[in-house]
Amino acid sequence: MEILVCIKRVPMVGAALILTDDGTELDTRRLGFQLSPHEENAVEAAVQLVEKHGGSVTLLAMGTAESEEQLREQLAIGADRAIIALTDGSEPDPQATAAGLLEAIRADGAPFDLVLLGSESADVAGYQTGIRLAHALGLPVVTNVKGLSITDGVARCERAVGSEREVYEVPLPAVITVRDGLNIPRYPSVPGRIKARKKPVTTHEVTIGAPRIVKHRLVVPPATAKGTTVLEPNAEGAAALVEAFREIGVLS
Amino acid sequence: MILVLLDVDRDALDPVSLQVLTLSRGLDPDVQAVVAGDASVAAEAAAHGAGVVHVAEHPGLTDYAPRATAKAVVQLIASLSPAAVLAGGTPRGNEVMAHVAAFLDAPLATDCTSITMGAPFEVTRARWGGNLLEESSVTASMLLATIQPHAVAAEPSAAAGTVQAFTADLDDADLAVRIVERTGAAATGVTLAEARVVVSGGRGMGGSEPFAMLDDLAALLGGTVGCSRVVTSEGWRPHSEQVGQTGTKVAPDLYVACGISGATQHLAGCKNSKMIVAINTDGQAPIMQIADYAVVGDVHAFLPLLLAQARAASAG
Ligand SMILES: Cc1cc2nc3c(=O)[nH]c(=O)nc-3n(C[C@H](O)[C@H](O)[C@H](O)COP(=O)(O)OP(=O)(O)OC[C@H]3O[C@@H](n4cnc5c(N)ncnc54)[C@H](O)[C@@H]3O)c2cc1C
Repeated sequence: MEILVCIKRVPMVGAALILTDDGTELDTRRLGFQLSPHEENAVEAAVQLVEKHGGSVTLLAMGTAESEEQLREQLAIGADRAIIALTDGSEPDPQATAAGLLEAIRADGAPFDLVLLGSESADVAGYQTGIRLAHALGLPVVTNVKGLSITDGVARCERAVGSEREVYEVPLPAVITVRDGLNIPRYPSVPGRIKARKKPVTTHEVTIGAPRIVKHRLVVPPATAKGTTVLEPNAEGAAALVEAFREIGVLS
Repeated sequence: MILVLLDVDRDALDPVSLQVLTLSRGLDPDVQAVVAGDASVAAEAAAHGAGVVHVAEHPGLTDYAPRATAKAVVQLIASLSPAAVLAGGTPRGNEVMAHVAAFLDAPLATDCTSITMGAPFEVTRARWGGNLLEESSVTASMLLATIQPHAVAAEPSAAAGTVQAFTADLDDADLAVRIVERTGAAATGVTLAEARVVVSGGRGMGGSEPFAMLDDLAALLGGTVGCSRVVTSEGWRPHSEQVGQTGTKVAPDLYVACGISGATQHLAGCKNSKMIVAINTDGQAPIMQIADYAVVGDVHAFLPLLLAQARAASAG
């Protein structure tokens, strides 16, 4: 089974989101970067499927050359090769993202049975790249998947809705977008990291068209000031909480 | 005219759809709605301002089928030429609208908190799970957007709600992806998203066993247990209990955070709780800054005290 996983490098934001002076970007100068979380699950799922069914895992990241950091990390957990869809670093809108991924897939030329993406990215969260890519590739797409198995070329996909699971079945080739909770991603091992250094990473330059969603600025929503009551971790503190619980009617 | 896509699951209308109808009335007096296969919710939509409820009919539209629903909406758009098509920023709303946008090769702005009609359209939309807002303009002849849940409160406003059925022209590819089965019993206990009380644990719980204290406290308070992502990654609790940007978003009357630091991605899922109680050894942890009650101390020592007093109170 030949699997392609599209991944995105995102800043690792801490307790506060700090913007650049012009307010159009996150100030990432002091931030590390990581893989957008749903895609950790996508790579893990791909590696597990190949362990079970054979085949290979190709990674595709669209962005700057720095994406290689996240690609090498994921090559270390078992993916076989990686492609960078190289951009000038400007932020594409969702249509441009899908177009750029498509351009890189076509340029690479290899056929895939399964294309995995995260259901939405941690930062922009447009909820549409996988669906647009599926339309462009002429493939069926199931999104938001939290349970995945493949039998006889058919993917059984489960989606969590409240305490229920909706089941969808699609024949491969298909596009599937997954989310956190699909599996527990493994950590790269030391031998995995050493092997990853030698795995091939190729680059295709892609052009990003003019965005149709034009970002003017970012705003950190104002925090509502709260009067915090600090309590001691003792019987009095516990009594104060019990009283508060009674007041709001959650304890009789 | 604004066309609102209704999110319906087995005769039940998702409440976010009513919020979208409410928001739409503020943009244009002519609000119409579209639903796939199921006219049962027409009265509810009418009560929130839908002048016409268009019902897409096709023998294949028996249960949720995202691409098929989108194809039907695209066909309706061709005959109605709405100024905007809006849906709730729910899993289904976002999914169907992304298919609509892909069919039309048009931009889609998801999770909007406000919309201004015009050329271009101006939108404010949520990023980073709502921790950041983006102000953008959308260049298109028709706006496609989804609305962040709870961006507006639903307000009733009676309209005719005339039901107009139309036949959707669908092919096999449109119907290839649809629900074939549902597993897992419908909720018997309290579901996380709707619980009045959520008692959550984080890394500070130190393992799976201490969560028994949270199970007990949640039971006493008529609530359910939640957790942070560290907890699900460690395998201490199932992912269905994860609160936050990539877990479940909750807004209970009471949120108790035990040994949780309050990372932005966790707060994205719980900051709309009416009352927050945080128990943490670190008085400077971000969760302590937004808590109504902050207990500076060790969960392992304090939770037994709290449980004993809560038990006594509920017994007495
Ligand atoms: C894009 C993205 C999405 C994410 N989505 C989510 C999400 O949906 N949900 C989520 O939770 N996280 C999410 N995360 C992870 C998030 O950034 C944090 O890593 C996570 O929330 C931290 O969990 P924690 O508070 O349990 O652990 P920590 O941050 O390690 O905090 C542990 C806290 O426990 C306290 N503590 C330790 N011992 C004790 C003790 N004995 N008694 C009392 N207090 C103690 C410490 O002082 C500390 O404050 C996401 C991250 C990213 C990048």
